[in-house]
Amino acid sequence: MVIAKTIDGEIGIMPKHAPVLGVLVEGGVLTVKRGGGESDLVAAVHGGFLSVADNEVSILAEMAELGSEVDVAAAKDALQRAQASIEADQENADAALAAKRARARLRAAGEEVG
Amino acid sequence: MGAQLRLLRRRIKSVKSTAKITRAQELIASSRIVKAQQRMQAAVPYEREITRAVTGVVSNTTSVDHPLTVAKERPAKAAVLIVTSDSGFCGGFNANILREAEALGTLLRDRGVEPVPFVTGRKGVAWHSFRGRPMGGQWTGFSRRPAYSDAKEIADALIEAFIDDNGVDEIHIVSTGFVSMLTQEVMIRRILPLEVEESTEKPDAPLPYFEFEPSADAVLDSLLPRYIESRIFSALLQSAASEEASRRRAMKSATDNANELIRVFTMQMNQARQAEITQEISEIVGGANALADAAAGKE
Repeated sequence: MVIAKTIDGEIGIMPKHAPVLGVLVEGGVLTVKRGGGESDLVAAVHGGFLSVADNEVSILAEMAELGSEVDVAAAKDALQRAQASIEADQENADAALAAKRARARLRAAGEEVG
Repeated sequence: MGAQLRLLRRRIKSVKSTAKITRAQELIASSRIVKAQQRMQAAVPYEREITRAVTGVVSNTTSVDHPLTVAKERPAKAAVLIVTSDSGFCGGFNANILREAEALGTLLRDRGVEPVPFVTGRKGVAWHSFRGRPMGGQWTGFSRRPAYSDAKEIADALIEAFIDDNGVDEIHIVSTGFVSMLTQEVMIRRILPLEVEESTEKPDAPLPYFEFEPSADAVLDSLLPRYIESRIFSALLQSAASEEASRRRAMKSATDNANELIRVFTMQMNQARQAEITQEISEIVGGANALADAAAGKE
């Protein structure tokens, strides 16, 4: 099963799902639940699409990172910096986006973020 | 040593150092082609999927009414994205592209459409500014190693010009397609208004009917710009690989030429040296004979 976050909200795709094209949100976390005792595949996905056709799910992301490959320290650092600039300037859209991305990366890596 | 001999020696030396440079360039280009090809291949799955998605959307929704897909009735201006290289030493690579771009420009003018060049690559920019032609946009510095962000920048500028009421009504790309190591050809494609390129293998079953999350319009809104970016990115990557391939070929023939020149000059030099020796011997023999004759006359 594939769980992704589209603009409308979370969507879970089971096998034999009807064809869907969805727009993914910035800073979403994608989870692929693999059966047979294998661990889940988790990735931070920033923007892009999800397309389901012919019993195949493709994720077209503008940027993506596997949870196991996330540099946790760097992501925490990025989150802190982004939060600092949000505090300084409430309408800083770039920083808000950066914070969102950093949170998604940390969640994908299995870290708890507030 | 004779003057001719010295001249030939000097020429051989200079041709040899040229050959060294062109040989090095050839080797560098060969190693870069492989990397450029890998980058090209790495982008293929994304492009394939996004093309499939766009085809799916466009063939599903009966009336696609999106600013990026509607052709204007009387197009007045057309953007032509010309993809050239940043550096030279690559044979006819840039000349071919610019020639094709000129031909396309003439074709467009015949239709009453004014072409506006958007140029990437230092060579193309220099060509246009030398002739005093105004450019709609110019980008340099990444022809050998284009990044996705470069393609995004170009796509943003082009889409902005397309959506603007006084902007362009069509967008064409002139770039070099990488067919194989030995063949690269200039390709001209219209990317806007949208002409979705069908994938080569026709699906047997009709395309599945898609559901959209959240709606067809919203999906198109974000899908189409991505599609155009990916088309531009693939054009840049192919152009990079083609550039290296044609550089390798140009440098190989330059090295071969230099080696041939060295061979000819060496032969000429040997002949000149032999002629000099022969002349010296006959002078010595002549002198000795003259001395001997003089001595014999005294006695």
